[in-house]
Amino acid sequence: MKQAFDFTAVDKIIDEIGAQPSSIIAILQGIQEKYRYLPQEVFPYMAERLGVSEARIYSVATFYENFSLEPKGKFVIKVCDGTACHVRKSIPILERLRSDLGLSEDKATTDDLGFTVETVSCLGACGLAPVLTVNDKVYPAMTPDKASELLEQLKEEL
Amino acid sequence: MLHNREELQKARQVYAEALNAEEKKILVCAGTGCVSSGSLEIFDKLTQLMQEKGISCSVELEQEPHHDVVGMKKSGCHGFCEMGPLIRIEPQGWLYVKVKPEDCEEIVEKTISNGEHIERLAYQKGKTICQKQDDIPFYKKQTRLVLNHCGHIDANSIKEYLAVGGYSAFEKALFDMTADEIITEISESNLRGRGGGGFPAGRKWAQVKRQTEPQKYVVCNGDEGDPGAFMDRSIMEGDPHSLLEGMMIAALSCGANEGYIYVRAEYPMAVNRLRTAIAQAKEAGLLGNNILGTEFSFDIHISRGAGAFVCGEGSALTASIEGKRGMPRVKPPRTVEHGLFDKPTVLNNVETYANVPLIINKGAAWYKTIGPENSPGTKAFALTGNIVNTGLIEVPMGTTLREIIFEIGGGMRDGGEFKAVQIGGPSGGCLTKDDLDLPLDFDSLTKAGAMIGSGGLVVMDDKTCMVEVARFFMNFTQNESCGKCVPCREGTKRMLAILERIVNGEGEDGDIEMLLELADTISATALCGLGKTAAFPVVSTIKSFRDEYEAHIYQKRCPAGACQKLKQIYIVPELCKGCSKCSRICPVTAISGKVKEPFVIDQSKCIKCGACIESCPFHAIKEA
Repeated sequence: MKQAFDFTAVDKIIDEIGAQPSSIIAILQGIQEKYRYLPQEVFPYMAERLGVSEARIYSVATFYENFSLEPKGKFVIKVCDGTACHVRKSIPILERLRSDLGLSEDKATTDDLGFTVETVSCLGACGLAPVLTVNDKVYPAMTPDKASELLEQLKEEL
Repeated sequence: MLHNREELQKARQVYAEALNAEEKKILVCAGTGCVSSGSLEIFDKLTQLMQEKGISCSVELEQEPHHDVVGMKKSGCHGFCEMGPLIRIEPQGWLYVKVKPEDCEEIVEKTISNGEHIERLAYQKGKTICQKQDDIPFYKKQTRLVLNHCGHIDANSIKEYLAVGGYSAFEKALFDMTADEIITEISESNLRGRGGGGFPAGRKWAQVKRQTEPQKYVVCNGDEGDPGAFMDRSIMEGDPHSLLEGMMIAALSCGANEGYIYVRAEYPMAVNRLRTAIAQAKEAGLLGNNILGTEFSFDIHISRGAGAFVCGEGSALTASIEGKRGMPRVKPPRTVEHGLFDKPTVLNNVETYANVPLIINKGAAWYKTIGPENSPGTKAFALTGNIVNTGLIEVPMGTTLREIIFEIGGGMRDGGEFKAVQIGGPSGGCLTKDDLDLPLDFDSLTKAGAMIGSGGLVVMDDKTCMVEVARFFMNFTQNESCGKCVPCREGTKRMLAILERIVNGEGEDGDIEMLLELADTISATALCGLGKTAAFPVVSTIKSFRDEYEAHIYQKRCPAGACQKLKQIYIVPELCKGCSKCSRICPVTAISGKVKEPFVIDQSKCIKCGACIESCPFHAIKEA
């Protein structure tokens, strides 16, 4: 049998932000920061606490790109594919990361939940293009080789 | 806690004295760019080294003036991100570029202790060494008003903001001006929305003031989603208090008592700096109830986006703050009447608010002396792409592209030839060689079929394929389309499909006409600004580079040599010795032949990976 979900952390997040419908996004962000994704158990629970329908929360969670209903890796690598990075060749970096980790466009997370590789539309660090981020730390002026090196370093920290 | 006007003035004076007393200052750039190049490690290293050597340094401004300390400051973005990490040395005004932790010892020893300049850390252009920041061509041509504080004061300190005259515009507006006078001043200055639309800010404020509904909001759009734009991020990170001050003045003018700043999720540092700034302003009594002993109460909240480009659109943004899906709605009613929580709302962009304190302080007449009459003031641009100096710049409206690209930007990188500049992101268009002398302001750009947008300038050289650029933007808009209205949801999909076919060498006769027809329909019928402008990059590239589209479609050729699928890799029979090396290395067995006879590549199998080119010992394999 599946273990019962512990809502203590969720409660804490909701209490801190305030249990009103306008806080849905902030609460979901809090939950995602804690679990690295949105566990399905939180939807009915949040709906009850905020007094809105489960569909409303689900509609918000699926609209915004930052929310994930699937578990993500320990290291989330976001390759910027904004205009500036794109013209300075960001796609070969993405391709290298994917091939090194055996990932693809449809499969973004490694089976051991170590890495997630995704693209992001402009991180605003265009002066240093092409860039990627690992859990929000920005790595400037990347190349496919530098990306492979970075992966090796990160693998040691897994 | 400041209780009245006198206390605010006193505080400003005390901190100004303390700041002026610091004879030596080191400003380490702590913008996102330099931080990712390691500027914070340099800050720590410098502080640590000075402590070891017994040089007293202060990392926070204190009330008591100290003459013999070195002020260490984490400043906002200096703008010259390419050369980061950047360090500015005061009082000399020197700028050190690309500073590494290994350089810190020398900086402390020579520059801080002895006041010597370290030549190798200065910016060099050819043989000229630019000691001072102002000597560098990148800065010389700029007029930094809105970005004036970025790089000159500690971005995280309300004390330094006060020391350089911060909140004096708010003070003037609160005590010496009526709401109508504020609006008149802003209207007369002809400040136009810097988010792209160019709508006069004063008119917007007046419309909100007229509403009888008692609850009103002031909202700041910090959802800078255009790829290639980061002006607003730099202001939020580098000078957060000027943004707060602008919003407070807007609130005073229209009678709002609550404000929201909507920041996109990709800007965590901006969120942190704004949070700190708001907490500092609250503590100082500049936000909250009965500010400085008056009737005026105002509070500001931060709303973090969650990754949706469309939320930069007004009604989508307010929906998102309300905790809903960020989808635009039909207008009218407009945001000024029914905005956030269905209440009258002033919604302006970060840069617009940051202009407000300047105008209130120096007056509309002064403001109008900068730039052309119908769009006065300055504009910050994010300069990126295939250009030597990338970074954040601020120039008077009406500056020409030529000045920006070749004087400030230092020309093209790697000897490339200028081909086009993409302005205004996915809603904008391309400007070409013929437009180099076009003054950049709202009206001239609209006439040229582009728009200023939020101010991203992506410079492209002759190796950039314009059809591919159009495809890139269409892919972006298609991804970000919220799906509410059919023209945008389906139309962008169809346009993207055609563009993909063209860059893959499967373009057909009639594609260009179909693209233009779809563009026309989408622009005329889409619900919001994102949809209405979605086709602009395509229309604009067709207008200026129709021959490139035609080469792709009819000759299956990419003139820029950028489209992978249109490359042809072939073996020159005269050079091939038939060693079979290429056929062994080919990952898709597209190469075959008899040993000692010329090999051939099966074009239908070839994936254009280029592995064979590198493997050939006789350089017999070529690309066309």
